[in-house]
Amino acid sequence: MKLIVGDTQADRVVPPTGFTARLTLFASCAMAFLTVFALALSLASGRLAHRWAEELARSATLRIAAPADQMAAQTEAALAVLRQTPGIASARALTADEQTALLAPWFGPDLALDQLPVPQLIEVIEADPGYDSQGLRLRLAAEVPGATLDDHTRWRKPLVDAAQSLRRLGWVSILLIGGAMAAMITLAAQAALAANHQVIEVLRLVGARDSYIAMAFVRRFTIRAFLGAAVGTGFGLLGVLLLPSASDEGGVLTGLGFQGAAWLWPILIPVLGALVALLATAAAAGRTLRRLS
Amino acid sequence: MGGYGNACWRIPWQNLWAVTPGDEVLAVIELDQVAYSYGGGELLSDVSIRLTPGSFHFLTGPSGAGKTTFLKLCYGALLPTAGQVRAFETDMRGLDRDQMALMRRRVGIVHQDCRFLDHLPLADNVALPLTVSGRDLAQEGANLTELLSWVGLSNRADARPPELSGGERQRAALARAVIMSPDVILADEPTGNVDWEMSQRLLQLLVELNKMGKTVLIATHDLALIRAAKSQVQARVLRISNRRLQLAGADL
Repeated sequence: MKLIVGDTQADRVVPPTGFTARLTLFASCAMAFLTVFALALSLASGRLAHRWAEELARSATLRIAAPADQMAAQTEAALAVLRQTPGIASARALTADEQTALLAPWFGPDLALDQLPVPQLIEVIEADPGYDSQGLRLRLAAEVPGATLDDHTRWRKPLVDAAQSLRRLGWVSILLIGGAMAAMITLAAQAALAANHQVIEVLRLVGARDSYIAMAFVRRFTIRAFLGAAVGTGFGLLGVLLLPSASDEGGVLTGLGFQGAAWLWPILIPVLGALVALLATAAAAGRTLRRLS
Repeated sequence: MGGYGNACWRIPWQNLWAVTPGDEVLAVIELDQVAYSYGGGELLSDVSIRLTPGSFHFLTGPSGAGKTTFLKLCYGALLPTAGQVRAFETDMRGLDRDQMALMRRRVGIVHQDCRFLDHLPLADNVALPLTVSGRDLAQEGANLTELLSWVGLSNRADARPPELSGGERQRAALARAVIMSPDVILADEPTGNVDWEMSQRLLQLLVELNKMGKTVLIATHDLALIRAAKSQVQARVLRISNRRLQLAGADL
């Protein structure tokens, strides 16, 4: 509480120092800025992993590769089989426009689909509980020879793993940023304490407790770190706001950012920055005061 | 540590003095067979003394004899290499850093080099002991003003220490040392840079404090100051010679 309310008299006993003040402000500002992006990456990766796991787990694709004159008949037959299969909520054949949109990233928007031997895709939505994929494959092999069932397990897992790795990477980055910030503030605090050893001597001479001396330094560094981190967080959030909005065309990258209540997470960054500064300065002050006694 | 019974003037074979006669007095600061070595050589050897409450002492001796070291031992800035220093009946070695800080609030110290916080105005520097002990400066304002006036610095209250002359710094250091009304005042050449009139004024302040029951120990070369003090107060003169503490002769 004393740290927040402060003691104006105690604050004045430590002279305002030049480069350590600027170093603390700059370090905490830069680290908070980076933390915003690491946090955005981590939260977006988490969302992606969750969405991919959910969507892909509940859906499957049936691909029908057949001569053009048999395509419609095999599609109908496949849809009939799917409708009769327990555990399938719905099944529908993708329209030509939808298939064109799927291929657009590779072939461009003006693709003449009817001139290419493109298989017909059927989107299968699973019910709860799901269907027997092995049984469905056997039945399709018998009734729709051109049909291939892809339940996404082949590439769902690596995608989700990749997204979760990205999320972990984001959190590790935040920890590393916090550690680097603690190291920089420790150096700045040690420099300030060393530069003020005469002040410490005078304060001890007149009966100041070490906790009083340490608090004067800790409070100053904590406030600087908080202010620097608040500014850095502000710039970071501005940067996130200026990122392109999420779109299917942009894929993963445009999904970076915060959604809904996740916008409140960055508020914690200045608080955590101040906490890191408090602990780092308190440890540095404790060591220095022990050494000087 | 208990009382010492009836104090005696001198016990030469122990190099021990109870410098103020009285009944059942305790020592505010006591050095018991203290030695202090520095850089391989012994600076002080077998020093024993009790500073009883309300006593007034001068400490003399040639330059480099160890007067400043003696004072530093008295307030715990240095710890003896042998023997024991006790302040207010507690062995200095047993004090942790917090206890040492509390002990120093009862000891007013005037350093020879008069260290201050250069970024603070003089008034704040003088009030520093009050600040660090959490006293309300608003309530102590009148005392501070009076004290500054007493040492002739009321018109310099807003000046920064680097703007002060040597004499002004010494007066400010003395004011800072006494503002908490400490039990003991240890002063290292407190009148070294002031004129005779001001040195008499500072001495008067110390004498007044002594009459209030404060213990005073002044390290000085200034024999005239000692003579002036002896006409006003029962002061004992100690001399450090050949690493040992001796009672100075009556010629002072």
